Amino acid sequence: MSASQQSTAQTAPSFHIRAQGDRCISIDFGHEIDIQTGLLCLSVAQALRQAHLPGVTDVVPSYTSVALHYLPCAEHHGASFHALSQAISALIHAGIPAVSASSREIEIPVCYGGEHGPDLAWVAQKTGLTEQQVIALHTSPPSMVFMLGFAPGNPYIGIHDPLLAIPRRDVPRTAVPAGSVAIANRQSTIYPNLLPGGWHILGATPLKMFDMTRESPTLLVPGDRVRFKPISAQEFERLAASQLAEQAQ
Amino acid sequence: MSMIVRKPGMMSSFQDLGRTGYQHLGVPAAGVMDARAHQLANILVGNIGDSATLEITLTGPTLEFTQPCCIALCGADLSPTLNGQPVAMNRPLVIRAQDILAFGGRRSGTRTYLSVFGGFALTPVLGSNSTFMRSGMGGWQGRALKRDDKIELCSSLADSKLEDLAQDLWSIKIYLPATLAQHARTHARIITSEQFADFTPESQRALTHETFRISAESERMGYRLQGPQIVLTKPRQMISEATTFGTIQVPAGGQPIVLMADRQTTGGYPKIAYVASVDLPVLAQMGPGDSLSFDIISLEQAQRLDAQRMQAFEALSQTLAPIRAYLLNHCD
Repeated sequence: MSASQQSTAQTAPSFHIRAQGDRCISIDFGHEIDIQTGLLCLSVAQALRQAHLPGVTDVVPSYTSVALHYLPCAEHHGASFHALSQAISALIHAGIPAVSASSREIEIPVCYGGEHGPDLAWVAQKTGLTEQQVIALHTSPPSMVFMLGFAPGNPYIGIHDPLLAIPRRDVPRTAVPAGSVAIANRQSTIYPNLLPGGWHILGATPLKMFDMTRESPTLLVPGDRVRFKPISAQEFERLAASQLAEQAQ
Repeated sequence: MSMIVRKPGMMSSFQDLGRTGYQHLGVPAAGVMDARAHQLANILVGNIGDSATLEITLTGPTLEFTQPCCIALCGADLSPTLNGQPVAMNRPLVIRAQDILAFGGRRSGTRTYLSVFGGFALTPVLGSNSTFMRSGMGGWQGRALKRDDKIELCSSLADSKLEDLAQDLWSIKIYLPATLAQHARTHARIITSEQFADFTPESQRALTHETFRISAESERMGYRLQGPQIVLTKPRQMISEATTFGTIQVPAGGQPIVLMADRQTTGGYPKIAYVASVDLPVLAQMGPGDSLSFDIISLEQAQRLDAQRMQAFEALSQTLAPIRAYLLNHCD
């Protein structure tokens, strides 16, 4: 490793490469959800995206791994598992420039409880906290977007205080309204549109998580820091109305 | 220069090879269920690159063309007719103004692909013309076709000498190597996952020795399989990660789900195996009630088969270059 690389690179992390079928390769960096592993996955994803490996169409980071979707190896535009895993290993061993949590900190206004957060009271009861304490834990430390999945623009945000470690609902709801902010297993998600869902709904944000007419279609991207900010029902209505007005323009 | 929907049929949507490059934002790739039939349909009308085709499911639409053009139909045989007369699958077909394309009973398969020379004039969304219906994105207004939809075509043919063109096209020999032909198989080849060993020996055996039935709740997102219970030796909490077309995941109930074209980008269920890409078209042509069994092959074999098909398509595209030449000569 050269000196110049050392200045920007962390020591090569331990990793494990596996095939996910014949058109996807995954690199695992651990088995626990934590910020450090999440950041490592984002760093590797960024480096792999910039490497433009032949045949690779998508680079998808998740909590503890990075997946590359690729085309089959015919002519010059595809790849084989063997060739790709060699290229990936070489790249990681050469040193991955670390990305810190994104410089972007996005404030997400949330109207907690009431009609927007039908599960707030239940979560408070289940965790032995007051509703105010649940909100305080959910809003206080900035959290990070680990990945997007489930639906276009749907973020997985964490990792929250251990007190918020509650499993998903036994019976998922068939329809959760767009903008619902929900938690499970120390993580938050924000439903981008009307979807089925099994997480506990604490509140709702008037912000639009996905809009294909925007240059960047998703409000959040992996690595963004997120700060939830409590707002009143009136403030929610006002922001929702101004979003609609913006769209109408 | 358009195609008018007189009757919509069950479900027809425009698809290409998928919306790649946005899966990290949670945007599903969507795209054709049967890439083989789609690619073949494009080659047969002289299209180079990946033009969207109309993916037609089980009950076909009735379509009217306002101008001469050239189409092809590949995949399921849904008894296609032109002005009431049966027409051939897997051939370029010359269409005159006001011709009506319709479909009858299902002879084989589940999905047929309609390509048109020059392509359909759609507006790409995030780089693709695939319709992702759950989010109302892409293709034609983000949805399946409805009665009276009028879809513009990118190219039309000159009115004169269409008979000559039809003769020229008919004289072209179209030979499909085995890898490009449609096979009505009930076996799909699979590659085991790293978690394969975490399933009980009975489950591992059942996967390749027993038959599964595709359940009624099977569509573009995934196929639910009914059959022997597939269970882990001990329950395991999985961390969500990227999913692929053909992933065979096993929820707690023990009935596997094969993820198909409209799959979510990420998921957190244990995976027992992956369908080899080369056999995804076999699944795409199956439907609810059909029986399916699996044979394990190695990753290397799967990649070799996948690459062979891709090479065969490239070779076929060269061989059939005269189709494109004839059509370009007849352009309006």
